[in-house]
Amino acid sequence: MEVYIGSLSSMSEKIPVKHLEPGTQSLEVYGRDNDKAHDVTKSVELYASRKKIYVKQIQGFFQRIRTHSLWALMIAYFAICWISIDGQQLVHFDLPARQFHLFGATFWPQDFVLLSVLLIICAFGLFFFTTLFGRIWCGYTCPQTAWTFIYMWIEEKIEGSRNQRIKLDQAPFSFDKLLKKSAKHSLWLLVGFVTGLTFVGYFYPIRDLVPDLFTASMASGWALFWIVFFTLATYLNAGWLREQVCLYMCPYARFQSVMFDPDTLIVSYDKSRGDPRGSRKRNTDYKEQGLGDCVDCGMCVQVCPTGIDIRDGLQYECIGCALCIDACDQIMEKMNYAPGLISYTTEHRLEGKKSHLLRPKSIAYGVLLFVMIGAFVYSLVTRVPVELDVIKDRGALYRMTGLGKIENSYMLKVLNMSDQAHRFRLEVSGLEGLRITTHTEFEAAPGEVYNLPTSVEIDPKYMERTHYEIEFSIIAEDDPTLRARSESRFLGSKE
Amino acid sequence: MTSFWSIWVSVIVLGSIFGCLWILYIVAKSQPEGESNQSMGHEFDGIEELDNPMPKWWILMFVVSSIFALGYLIIYPGLGNFQGIAGWSSTGQWEQEVAEGEAKYGPIFAAYAEKSIPELAQDAEAMKVGQRLFANNCAVCHGSAAKGALGFPNLTDDDWLYGGTPEAIKETLLNGRQGNMPAKGLNPAMSKDDVSDLTHYLLSFSNRTDDKAAAERGKAMFATACAACHGSDAKGMQAAGAPNLTDDIWLYGSTYSRIYQTILHGRAGVMPAQKEALGEDKVHLLAAYVYSLSNK
Repeated sequence: MEVYIGSLSSMSEKIPVKHLEPGTQSLEVYGRDNDKAHDVTKSVELYASRKKIYVKQIQGFFQRIRTHSLWALMIAYFAICWISIDGQQLVHFDLPARQFHLFGATFWPQDFVLLSVLLIICAFGLFFFTTLFGRIWCGYTCPQTAWTFIYMWIEEKIEGSRNQRIKLDQAPFSFDKLLKKSAKHSLWLLVGFVTGLTFVGYFYPIRDLVPDLFTASMASGWALFWIVFFTLATYLNAGWLREQVCLYMCPYARFQSVMFDPDTLIVSYDKSRGDPRGSRKRNTDYKEQGLGDCVDCGMCVQVCPTGIDIRDGLQYECIGCALCIDACDQIMEKMNYAPGLISYTTEHRLEGKKSHLLRPKSIAYGVLLFVMIGAFVYSLVTRVPVELDVIKDRGALYRMTGLGKIENSYMLKVLNMSDQAHRFRLEVSGLEGLRITTHTEFEAAPGEVYNLPTSVEIDPKYMERTHYEIEFSIIAEDDPTLRARSESRFLGSKE
Repeated sequence: MTSFWSIWVSVIVLGSIFGCLWILYIVAKSQPEGESNQSMGHEFDGIEELDNPMPKWWILMFVVSSIFALGYLIIYPGLGNFQGIAGWSSTGQWEQEVAEGEAKYGPIFAAYAEKSIPELAQDAEAMKVGQRLFANNCAVCHGSAAKGALGFPNLTDDDWLYGGTPEAIKETLLNGRQGNMPAKGLNPAMSKDDVSDLTHYLLSFSNRTDDKAAAERGKAMFATACAACHGSDAKGMQAAGAPNLTDDIWLYGSTYSRIYQTILHGRAGVMPAQKEALGEDKVHLLAAYVYSLSNK
C-alpha cells in the first residue's frame, strides 16, 4: 500500500486559525507553514463563539442532484413506516418483544451477528466511497445535511434571501420581525415533530401511535418522551447547530482524512488558474493586468453551508456539497470564462497528473466490501428461522431407572422464529441405543419459545465411557429445510 | 455495622468530599490575576505546560458533583448506618417489584385456581404456565422432565408414595411431606445378617436373588419388622408414605447394596411445603401439572 500524507499536510494548513485577535485564553502554538518551510509561531484562540452563517441559496447542477437524492431519502424515511403487509409494519423494531421486523422477515436477538455484519458493511462502504469519491455521504445523503437543507428552505421562504435575512436580524424588534421569526420557528418545530413522530413510529407501530397520541391513550410515556426528544433534537440540530454538528460533533468529519489520498475526488479551487484574484470589468484582457480567472466575487463563500472559503484549499470543514461549484460556474458563465474554476477534481489532477480509480487502497476496500456483502447475503439466504438450545439438568447428572437404564434429563428450548406454527420432530444421535422417553413431537406457535423437557435413556451395556457427546436435532414435519441441531452431553457410568 | 465502623465510613466519605472542595477552593483562589500563560518549565515535543487557571466550567462541575454527592447521601443510605430520608433499600425495592408482579400475574393464577385439577391438566396453555412454574420451583430436585433422581421421586410413573389423586398431590405440595424409614424398621435388634436376609427377600419380588433360603428367612423378619407400614404383602401404604416394595421403582436405588444400606441405616426424605412460598393459586396449577404428567 502506498503511504501518502499529502492531503493530511495540506489540511493542517487550516488548523491555525486566521483570526489572531488576542483572547484571554490564547496560547502559543507551533505549526508548520508550507510556504516558508520553517517553524512559525501563531496565536490561536481556543474558543470562538459561533458566527451565524447566512447561506445564499443557489441553483445549479449539483444542487439539483442533491435535491433529488435528499427527496428520495426523505420520502423513504417518512413513508416506509406507513407500509403494512398483512397487518405487519414493513419495518418495525419491536424492542419490548426483542424482535426486528424488516421487509417480511423477523429477526431475533439470536440473529445479532447479522447486525454486526451489516455494520461492518456500512463501515467498509463508507471507507470505499470516501476513498474514491470523498465526502459524497456528507453532501448528498447525510440526515444532518438533509434536515438542514429543509430548514434552510423554510427560512428562505419566510425570511427571504440572504441579504434580507441579514437585514432582518439587524433590524430592531418589530411586529413584522416577530411574525416572521415565530412563523419560522413554528414551522421548524412542526418539521421536527413530524420527524420525531416518524422516528418513534419505527419502534411503536405508527398506525397505532398517531391515533394513540391524539387521543392521549399511549401505552407508555416513553413513546411521548422520545417524540419530544427527537422533535427538539431535530429542531436544535437543523435549526441552530447546523454546520457545528459537522465541525465539532461528527466523528466522520474528523477521521475521513485518513481515507483520502491524492486520487480522491475533492471539491477544489484551481489555484494555478484562479490566482491572483481580483475584480475586473467584463471582457477586458485581465491577463494583461496580471490577474487569474477568479474575480474574487465571494459567491463561493456566501453559498457555503459551513462558512469556509474553498479557495483556502482542502479543509476538514468542507462537506463536499458542491454548492460553491454551482455558484462559481454561474459567475464563470457570466464572465464568459470556462467553467470549472472550482470543481470536483483530485489533488493529482490539480497538479496536472493523471488520476486513477483503481489503486491499492480502493481495490482493497472494494474487495473487502464485496466479501462482507457476500457473507451477509449468504447468511441471510441460508438463515433458518428456527433454533434449538439444550440445557442439561445439573441437579442430578444422571439417574438409574427402575429397569436399570441410565437416564439423563434436558430442558430443550425451541425458538420458532418463523411466521407460521410448525410441528417438529425431535431426534437424538451420537450414541447407539439412545432412546427419548418423553415427547418427540410437538407444535410451536409462530414466535414462540417452546419448552420441551426431555429425558433420554440407554442400556448401560452401550456405554463404554462415562460421558458422550450427543446431538439433538429438530425438523419441521411440513418443511424439511426447517431444522436445527444442538450439542449436549450424555453422562452415566460404565456397566 | 457497629457504630465504630459506621462512624469510620461516614468520616472518610464526608472528609473526602469536603477535602476535595477545600483543595478546589485553595486552587481556585491562589490563581494569580492576569498572569496567565506563565510557563511551568515542562516542555515536550513543542507542548508546554502553562500556569493557566482551571476553566470555570470545570470548577463548577466539581461543585455541582459535590452537591449532588451530599444530596445523595442525605436521601439514600451511604453514611454508615444512616438509612437516608427516602427510606430506600434494595430489599424494599425487591419487595415492591414482587408485589407489582403479583398484582400483574395474580389474576391469571386466580382464574386457573377456579378450575378443577383434571380440567386444568387438559388445558394446553395452563400446562405451559405450569411447566414454567415447575422448571423454576421443582426441577432443581425432580429434574426438568420430572423424572426425579436418587432420593427424589419420579413424578411421571404414576407410582405415588402419598397418593396420586388431585387432592393428594395438592396436599403434598401445599403442606409438604416428611418421609421416614427408621433404621432396621421396627426391630432395632436386627443383626446385619438379618438385614441381608431381608434384602434378599425384597430382591426376590423381581426374581433378582438366587439365595432362596435367605429370602425365606427374610420373609419372616419382614412380617415383624416391616409389615406394619409396608403391609403384609409389601405393597406399601400411602397413608404412611410407605412405598410399594414389590415393583421396580426404588427411590434410593434398587441394587443389593443400596437396599441393604436403606434397611440398615434408614432413610429420611423431605418434600418442603410450598403454601407459604408460592401461594395456594400457584400450587393449584402446579398440582395440575404434576397430575398431568401421569394422566394424559
